[in-house]
Amino acid sequence: MSAFASIANGGTLSCAKLPRLEVGAFRAAVLAEIALGSRLSALFACPGKDGGFLLIAVLAQDSRSRLAVTTCAVHDRYPALTPECPQAQGFERELAEQWGIHPEGHPWLKPLRFQPARAGVIQSERPDIGVSPFFSMHGEEIHEVSVGPVHAGIIEPGHFRFQCHGETVYHLEISLGYQHRGVERALIGGPHPRTIHYMETLAGDTTIGHATAYSRVCESLMRARLPARAQGLRGIAQELERLANHIGDLGALAGDVGFLPTMSYCGRIRGDALNMTATLCGNRMGRGFVRPGGCGADIDHAEVEDLLRRLEALRKDVDSAATLLFEAPSARARFDGTGAITADICRDLGLVGVAARACGVARDARSDFPYDIFQFAQIPVCTWTSGDVFGRAFVRGLEISQSIAFVREQLAALPEGDVWRAPTVALLSPDTLAVALVEGWRGEILHAALTGPDGRFACYKVVDPSFHNWQGLAYAMRNQQISDFPVCNKSFNLSYCGHDL
Amino acid sequence: MIDILQTRLQQKYRTMSWPDGPTPPLPAQFAGRPCMDAAKCNSCGACEKACPVGAAQIVEGRPTLDTGRCLFCRACEKACARGALKFTKEFRMAAAQRGDLTVSQAQQAFPAAQVEKARQYFGRSLKLRQVSAGGCNACEADTNVLGTVGWDLGRFGIQFVASPRHADGLLITGPVSVNMRHALEKTYAAVSSPKIVIACGSCAIAGGPYAGHPEVCGGAMSVVPVDLFIPGCPPHPLTILDGLLRFVGRISEG
Repeated sequence: MSAFASIANGGTLSCAKLPRLEVGAFRAAVLAEIALGSRLSALFACPGKDGGFLLIAVLAQDSRSRLAVTTCAVHDRYPALTPECPQAQGFERELAEQWGIHPEGHPWLKPLRFQPARAGVIQSERPDIGVSPFFSMHGEEIHEVSVGPVHAGIIEPGHFRFQCHGETVYHLEISLGYQHRGVERALIGGPHPRTIHYMETLAGDTTIGHATAYSRVCESLMRARLPARAQGLRGIAQELERLANHIGDLGALAGDVGFLPTMSYCGRIRGDALNMTATLCGNRMGRGFVRPGGCGADIDHAEVEDLLRRLEALRKDVDSAATLLFEAPSARARFDGTGAITADICRDLGLVGVAARACGVARDARSDFPYDIFQFAQIPVCTWTSGDVFGRAFVRGLEISQSIAFVREQLAALPEGDVWRAPTVALLSPDTLAVALVEGWRGEILHAALTGPDGRFACYKVVDPSFHNWQGLAYAMRNQQISDFPVCNKSFNLSYCGHDL
Repeated sequence: MIDILQTRLQQKYRTMSWPDGPTPPLPAQFAGRPCMDAAKCNSCGACEKACPVGAAQIVEGRPTLDTGRCLFCRACEKACARGALKFTKEFRMAAAQRGDLTVSQAQQAFPAAQVEKARQYFGRSLKLRQVSAGGCNACEADTNVLGTVGWDLGRFGIQFVASPRHADGLLITGPVSVNMRHALEKTYAAVSSPKIVIACGSCAIAGGPYAGHPEVCGGAMSVVPVDLFIPGCPPHPLTILDGLLRFVGRISEG
């Protein structure tokens, strides 16, 4: 029997068909597969009845467009993957914190979210939030800078601990968990009436991305097929979300280097993109738009024409604002060479999305694991090579152009018909694993659900792209000036709440 | 330099004239303040069952909706077979009293938001420190947008500042996660009196979708006194701005 079961993006697997290896074989198989170039998209535990856990690994084989899944049974410890596979570091810290499963030999076993244990860990052992054994440096002229949880701007909370010598940052450690709301715990036993609302708000600026991943999980488990019009509209909503956030990020990056023209223009133009999403469903973030079975709202012909006009106006405005930024020597002097990471580091850390593409690592779930409308309409993958702040900004600029073209094309070709189809079955498929990947605007989103015999979620794993990428920001700050931290941070623009769940 | 000037000409002056001019357009499907028609209600309770957060309730045979809890998902409106409950385009939803957020047949007009203390001390200059305490970044984004040139919050003397020591009050988003409780308490204590607190969004008012979770405190009121409540998930920037301006008496309630 093969060590892995292979499924497609949006595929399902009956639990009976899941490979169950013993720990040593599991570890060897996962590490070997990663050495061949696969990525660790998820590593999580599902509690069993006997007090033990099923450890599940989902590996993404980008070149084959397949997901390789394997499992093993663990009780309270197993030899960690992290020493040989840094991509696993966050997942293994999560296993320790959530379930009390100790990854032996993990070099960085610090709290991840400071969350209440789901099982296993005695409450008295839980440290206070922010109390973490940060690495520290000693010596003359060494100083430590501590930022957060409350930050100076209108932004979510997180803690950054810098070890500095003069202006130079030797090491940045990021300690999160401030936004933890108990999402994954609350999903167990669902779907409940609140489930879709958790999905829409777990990372509130990625409402469409996460709602799409969740809807696809449900659609897979109900063998539902989307109406064609829903495919088109969902794709439009997803790309509008990407547009709004990328435009906002270019404005914020400009602001962080004091380049006020583009900051002002993009700050406003972002609202134009959000208002286009609001035309689809009444809500600027897209709440209520994506639902299992299709879409929760629709637009008429006049609204389609109006959106096309507004899209063209947006295209012109963004083009001039972005060009101004990318050609300003003062802005380029701050962006070029700042916070650079190499493609090798990117692969080692398992970075995804814009941060990876800026290093030349062409990872994009829309093209590697085409789903829904992206099976019919391919958006070219946008990459750069420098891996610096400029690269991450420029990739956003390129993606803005591509997304505008896609939205225009889809609006002009929207099929007629229903936007939602009622499920033909009453329950989700029981004792089944379903995995869905979506290319959110930050990067790869993964949702994995395991149903029980009653067709309800026994286990639900959400991996926001930020979960992979926070370590990339910490790495990018090494040997940078501390005054470049805001622009580096903005160039990643990761989700605190998407990480903390 | 020439290209910067040319771009400025092309981008044009975009600050809206509201409140001195027309209201900016709201989306066609915008869900604003609900309105009730008690005569149509037969107390079937479909709205209660449909509501994911317990905002819709039948009280003494009449439909009510607590806009503070409400996610504006319209599940209740869709569930009501008799059309007793409908969401209107009324964007003025902010209230100074928590109880005024509940809409019923008897209480249909938009609630009062002006607070005399706010008008007296901060009517011409209000500096706010934003604290995201478990917020999902949507309320934060639609608050941030008020600083952009279209809305231009600064023209009203309202500004977000970098430190609670520079602030007249807090604008809180998020259900107040347990992990943010201490930071919020310290930030509130760091603001000098007299001070005000604004709870922006369903999470900050009553916990939003996370109401009842042991990982959250259940809204800003569980930690600090609150002077203004702005409903929504997220509230539209116009709802936030209208709330702030009525709060400090910059625009009248009428």
